[in-house]
Amino acid sequence: MKKIFLLLVISVSIISCKKDEVIPPKELPMPDVIDTTGFLEIHIENVVNGAPLSLHTSTYVSSANDTFSVDILKYYISNVQLVTASGYTYTEVESYYLVDHSQPNSLHLMIKKVPSNHFSSINFTIGVDSTRNVSGSQTGALDPLNDMFWTWNSGYIMAKMEGHSPQSPEPTKKIVYHIGGFSGKFSGIRNVSLVFPNTADVTKNHIPILNLKADLYQWFVQPNFSNFSTSYFITSIVQESKDMADNYANMFSVVSVVN
Amino acid sequence: MKKTLSILFISFIAFSCSVDPEIKPIITEDEIKEVVPEGWPTPIYNFSSNPLTADGFTLGRFLFYDPILSSDNTISCGSCHQQFAAFANVGHDISHGVNGLLGTRNTPAIQNVNWLPAFMHDGGINHIEVMPLGPITNPVEMNETMTNVVAKLSASGKYKQLFTKAYGDDMVNTQRIFKAIAQFMGTMYSYNSKYDKVKSGDESFTAQEQSGYTLFVQRCSSCHKEPLFSDYDYRNNGLVAYADSGRAHITGNPSDRYKFKTPSLRNIEKTAPYMHDGRFYTLDQCLNHYVSGIVSSSTLDPLLVGGISLSAQDKSDLIAFLKTLTDTKFLTDPRYSEIH
Ligand code: HEC
Ligand code: HEC
Repeated sequence: MKKIFLLLVISVSIISCKKDEVIPPKELPMPDVIDTTGFLEIHIENVVNGAPLSLHTSTYVSSANDTFSVDILKYYISNVQLVTASGYTYTEVESYYLVDHSQPNSLHLMIKKVPSNHFSSINFTIGVDSTRNVSGSQTGALDPLNDMFWTWNSGYIMAKMEGHSPQSPEPTKKIVYHIGGFSGKFSGIRNVSLVFPNTADVTKNHIPILNLKADLYQWFVQPNFSNFSTSYFITSIVQESKDMADNYANMFSVVSVVN
Repeated sequence: MKKTLSILFISFIAFSCSVDPEIKPIITEDEIKEVVPEGWPTPIYNFSSNPLTADGFTLGRFLFYDPILSSDNTISCGSCHQQFAAFANVGHDISHGVNGLLGTRNTPAIQNVNWLPAFMHDGGINHIEVMPLGPITNPVEMNETMTNVVAKLSASGKYKQLFTKAYGDDMVNTQRIFKAIAQFMGTMYSYNSKYDKVKSGDESFTAQEQSGYTLFVQRCSSCHKEPLFSDYDYRNNGLVAYADSGRAHITGNPSDRYKFKTPSLRNIEKTAPYMHDGRFYTLDQCLNHYVSGIVSSSTLDPLLVGGISLSAQDKSDLIAFLKTLTDTKFLTDPRYSEIH
């Protein structure tokens, strides 16, 4: 009995040793499934009242005639949908993008697995849907490393802008907007729908480009006008953050669709 | 006998294939898959998206006790959360972090956390897997960035091995760190107290404990609800707490002012000091608070208006009962002990 057991132990340990060395066979693609999907690329240009955004050095003038500069501009775009004239909708899965103006690569979004079709409009969310706010730790764009996750009140910061303005009452003249909230009346999530001037024609071999403009000027104008001497520090989920989300919902416009 | 065999078996494997002889498997797969007692509610976190393994648990245990997670490599989770205190912090009313910096709140116990709908005294954290982000990045706790933590762990030979064992390769990322810590914290089950043994019919209360239990059910258990000894709701139990608005800090709702998460009373004998700000050092003081210290305010819980009347005898009976919630097996379980 003892002998058998020892043998068993040894053989099991040998097996378990071997297991580490086994190289799994490469997965071969199924021959009868032909992938006909392609990509659509989105280029985002961040601007302030039409002028290209450059961080730290350039100054801009808000609708309240306040002067300001921008140090950080980051926002989430998620759950991208492409829609055809006949109403066919493609919904991308795992569709989370963090646009960070300091990272030029992040201004190019590659929408994946798009079926060949002629798309005439796009829907997406500014922010991160409520599900992913309550699902524990995430990776990629949603990694808390990206500094877009609140550590004291769980949830993503949907959009973040920091800069300076002489009008700010802060001693450092900082202006800080961390807009979050994934549920309730002050939620920072906003849905955007944009119609294309001409169709984006996706095929397996052709990647159309959608050029979008995102105007930071909008954050402080419509529908909730604000100035930097009264509204300069928003870092929690309150009426003011909701008002700002209502504003940034209007920041996007389509520049062109290039096939 | 069974145990010796399995120990033999493990040491055999460890001996024959371990990459580093220093890091031995410290737990078996069976040992972490515990079955919770009958009659308990279904846990909220059940590892369905974080499959529990002996190696994942082990990695979590190393991380929990490693000061590498703090900016100056001096403070670990275990510095504040001590096993013999049910992972609360003995003797500190409020927490002490890097450079001796003081926090504002008392370190709570960590036990049966898979049943917690939300974490912290104010419920600000909504998931066990994002829980470590708070203390790691808090300037008065560990004061570190996740970017640095990932870099430090990636550079460590020990962690290369531990991550490889747990995940198949040595890539370090926040998700892997958090899920491993969740495996360690999420398996800190406490259900082997005398109270539990009485419930399962294996032991019985003394007359004094029984009378304390009867009082507890009448006066306390609507908030400190069995079997977890908390309803995990937010309530104002009449402490003057103007320095800390509690739940209202999270909801922004004035009607939540001075409300705090009802804490579990399991192992309460060992988790002093008490309350969110650690103001009481003894159970006697806690009971006196309920008898004569309740401060009235607009958000005071209706159950506590006028206080709870308890005679001296009632108080000692209640304390005798509360001590039956001490789970020595949990407090001394070698699976949870400090490791480096
Ligand atoms: C400086 C001391 C300190 C350190 C270090 C520390 N904690 Fe804590 N922990 C606390 C305090 C204080 C609270 C309560 C905070 C609050 O309510 O705002 C807490 C709360 C918790 C809770 C919530 C328990 C409950 O009932 O809601 C968990 C879980 C936890 N900590 C785990 C950890 C982990 C994991 C680490 C390491 C990554 C860690 N802690 C590091 C002091 C500390
Ligand atoms: C209305 C709900 C409610 C009732 C009834 C109640 N408690 Fe509490 N208890 C709480 C809350 C909420 C806290 C946490 C308060 C804080 O942290 O500021 C608490 C804290 C405690 C603590 C400190 C726990 C710790 O870990 O710090 C003890 C001990 C305690 N209660 C015992 C009792 C006893 C014994 C009774 C019955 C005589 C009782 N409570 C009745 C809500 C209640």
